[in-house]
Amino acid sequence: MSRPPSASFWAGLRDELPILLGVIPFGLIYGILALSAGLPPLDAQAMSALVFAGASQFMLVELLRAGTPALVIVLTVFVINLRHALYSATLAPYVKNLPLRWKGLLAYLLTDEAFAVGILNYQRQGVTPAGHWYFFGAGLALWASWQLSTAAGIFLGAQIPAAWGLDFSLPLTFIALVMPSLKERAGVATAFSASLAALLLINLPFKLGLIFATLLALMVGLLLEKRENT
Amino acid sequence: MNLWLIMLMGGLLTFLTRLSFIVLLEKAKLPPAFERALRLVPIAALSAIIAPQLAYYHDSLLISPTNPRLLAGILASLVAYRTKNVVATILVGMAAFWALEFFLKTQPLGG
Repeated sequence: MSRPPSASFWAGLRDELPILLGVIPFGLIYGILALSAGLPPLDAQAMSALVFAGASQFMLVELLRAGTPALVIVLTVFVINLRHALYSATLAPYVKNLPLRWKGLLAYLLTDEAFAVGILNYQRQGVTPAGHWYFFGAGLALWASWQLSTAAGIFLGAQIPAAWGLDFSLPLTFIALVMPSLKERAGVATAFSASLAALLLINLPFKLGLIFATLLALMVGLLLEKRENT
Repeated sequence: MNLWLIMLMGGLLTFLTRLSFIVLLEKAKLPPAFERALRLVPIAALSAIIAPQLAYYHDSLLISPTNPRLLAGILASLVAYRTKNVVATILVGMAAFWALEFFLKTQPLGG
């Protein structure tokens, strides 16, 4: 079954809608937190367009507030978003015949949530002449709602007094992201060793403790997985 | 390096990561160990940033029941694990944090 581009686009947009319910509060919270960390409104909004990746934007805001050196921030954002290379590899066979501008556009829109919806469609339908329009529709729906919810959060953030201690919702957001992904022992061990190492290494210069703790915990997790699988 | 440069570089690296295999390897097949490592990366990095946020209260290490951030964080972790709901986790965590801070201010426990 092959749909024309417009039908494909609207189908993608429609299928993305249920996911937006989870994304919009997230964007709101990001906007509020970015302002409470002292970012100017324009910069907070620009980050949603330039970086366009939830978890790493929260991380960036937190590292900025802690006065982390720029290079460490950029490196941390890069490491957190490395998982998108997986999505890129999974999507690659379906888009290999598209022109480069389409590949670039879809790569920009390749977030966790757009990938989840877009790849399911490819796996169901295979490569169709307008399949990329479906992905574009899903990705654009997510992009627009992320930008708008960021803007709404920035607006709200400007009204909320600092005394409320709203910055505590940042670790809470991270907890909400991590806990559901702790399904196997390797994941749990990774989380525990990262926490412990981060506390032990907290006084390393240039906030390098974060990166070393991440790498150490990764090694623990991988060793454990290897032992379980053999 | 100013904030805009940080955002531009972070954004560019993120975009290039997303573009990587789409452009480079058309018949991509990642080694399974690499794939597993990538899945563990967010768990490791986010945990490493959560722990000090909970264990420190007013800039000093406080692993005790008198630390509202720690208690509220543990409660929020349970909610997140059970509900997998971002909004519920934040609401419960913030409510617990405010309640505990209020309680500790009115009746200081040895602190």
